[in-house]
Amino acid sequence: MELYFFLFFAIVAVASSVAMILQRNPIYCVLLLIMVMISIAGLYLMLDAQFVAIIQIVVYAGAIMVLFLFVIMLLNLSREEGGVFRIQKPLAVLLAALLFLPVAAMVMSYAGGGTTPPADGGGAGFGEVEQIGTLLFTKYLLPVEIAAVLLLIAIVGAVVLTRKGTVSVGE
Amino acid sequence: MSYLPLILLVILVLIVAAVIVTLSSYIGRKKTSASKLASYECGVPIKDSARKNFSVKFYLIAILFILFDVEIIYLYPWAVVYGDLQLYGAAAMGVFFLLLVIGFLYEWKRGALEWD
Amino acid sequence: MVVDPMILEGAIALVKIGILLGVVFTTVAYLTFMERRVSALIQDRLGPNRVGPMGLLQPLADGIKFMWKEEFIPASADRKLFAIAPALILVPALLIFAVIPVGGEVTIPAFTLFGLQIQETTTTLQIIDLNVGILYILGMTSIAVYGIALGGWSANNKFTLLGGIRSSAQMISYELSLGLSIVGILMLTGSLQMSKIVAAQDTFFEWFIFRQPLAFVIFVIAAFAENNRLPFDLVECEQELVGGYHTEYSSMRFSMFMISEYASMVAASALMATLFFGGWHMPFEDQVGPGLVTLYQVAGFLLKTGFFLFVYIWVRWSLPRFRYDQLMAIGWKVLLPLALLNVVITGIWMLV
Repeated sequence: MELYFFLFFAIVAVASSVAMILQRNPIYCVLLLIMVMISIAGLYLMLDAQFVAIIQIVVYAGAIMVLFLFVIMLLNLSREEGGVFRIQKPLAVLLAALLFLPVAAMVMSYAGGGTTPPADGGGAGFGEVEQIGTLLFTKYLLPVEIAAVLLLIAIVGAVVLTRKGTVSVGE
Repeated sequence: MSYLPLILLVILVLIVAAVIVTLSSYIGRKKTSASKLASYECGVPIKDSARKNFSVKFYLIAILFILFDVEIIYLYPWAVVYGDLQLYGAAAMGVFFLLLVIGFLYEWKRGALEWD
Repeated sequence: MVVDPMILEGAIALVKIGILLGVVFTTVAYLTFMERRVSALIQDRLGPNRVGPMGLLQPLADGIKFMWKEEFIPASADRKLFAIAPALILVPALLIFAVIPVGGEVTIPAFTLFGLQIQETTTTLQIIDLNVGILYILGMTSIAVYGIALGGWSANNKFTLLGGIRSSAQMISYELSLGLSIVGILMLTGSLQMSKIVAAQDTFFEWFIFRQPLAFVIFVIAAFAENNRLPFDLVECEQELVGGYHTEYSSMRFSMFMISEYASMVAASALMATLFFGGWHMPFEDQVGPGLVTLYQVAGFLLKTGFFLFVYIWVRWSLPRFRYDQLMAIGWKVLLPLALLNVVITGIWMLV
């Protein structure tokens, strides 16, 4: 049963990402990317990581993709414009091949035994909000605060970039 | 925990939605003409496409939404464990919260929230 | 023959889902009728009263009419997106109901049906009690944005595009306040699970309306804006945008937008009852006999939800509409700071 669900989500994720790359209409690309996000959330859910799964939907599918959609809709990018970056395609293939190697190596090492997950699935309450909250605000407090600083910088950056009447070079 | 009920609900709801969307394509009469299929524009002949560039304000709203959404997501697991962490939790979130408020005040003062 | 527990679980789930969808669709149908009757009452006219006794068959007539209407798609529209958009709104609106608890635990006694032995089972009156219940609801509301944005964009019409963009910007702005207003409740409950939030309100004076009054006000305003209801219905304000994002829609696809709007109203009302008014907990529960207590609780929950639905209609026909700049100012400069303040107050209150 679990295998079938895994296969379903995995195939949907891979198929939608391939379709997204082949799709010429950017709006459809956005929708396909949302499909990818939701199927990845499904995979997280299968790993009993409820919180991560729902964050995947709230943040990626629900917030970041909205920005993508806004940019594509409002800039009127109805068709992908080709031929601008001629080097892009071969470079992309090369990079993908390079990235594929370590991933493949990792998968192979798992197949030959590797590390096995704990038998009890990480213990009671694994992946639940209570556990994540405790860990985030005790053991990993510093990264959380750094994330806050990062978000502050992002807010400042967004406001500065879109502010009207920016000072021109001459002044 | 079993997700079976949720999966069943998702499947059923998708079926219901698909049925309603396709239903009226099959029932109902079809009699079309060029002017009927033209976009509605108060009866005036259509002037160029509707899809045009929009105000940068909308992007700013979307970007700020992402940023605050992420901050709120951090608040959720904190709120759940706040009862246990007590004063320590208040201090830990205090710093985070302060940075959030500074960012909020900055965009307010810079006029990013003005809509004109 | 004894039934396999997993099949039994699935069967119970299917029965619950069937009842849920049936109740939601019936409520939505009669809500449109209620809306017309209440608006008539407020405006001192009669309203629809011809179809059936007191006009009670009106929703049925409306439904049949919608189905037989001609459906046309504008020639310049993106046909695929145009077809998907209404479904993209309806699906999340209905999925929200999965985590809303309607009542407590119910025990189904063992019985035999067509030679199948069904063992005694206990089930809750809720489709699924996710550990991240509240976040699930937020996730569903954030996905609903796509239907409106794409519905407006795909028709390639100036009014629909403006309506779609306005509405999606409005929805994402108010989603922040909606999400933040609940944080106070989560701090007091210590869980995101809907059943635990309800359990935290089992006595009357523990209802969160008494402990989180500010959060309730923010939640109600944000929920009105999320549902694009007056005074925040700039999305479809007839005087400026004809019909907003669904101007070009016709027939059942148009009715899908209406069904989704009313379904999310029902969901929002049920959430107000669940989060702030004790959910299915009612005063004087212990004085009701053991056989009737579940019935009493479910009836109480439906009554609370019904009350908020009435408030929705009441507000719509009483208040004028905001201007768009006012709308954005309320969302970002009033509700968001107030929601932040609410978190701070709750934090301090819990410490002392």
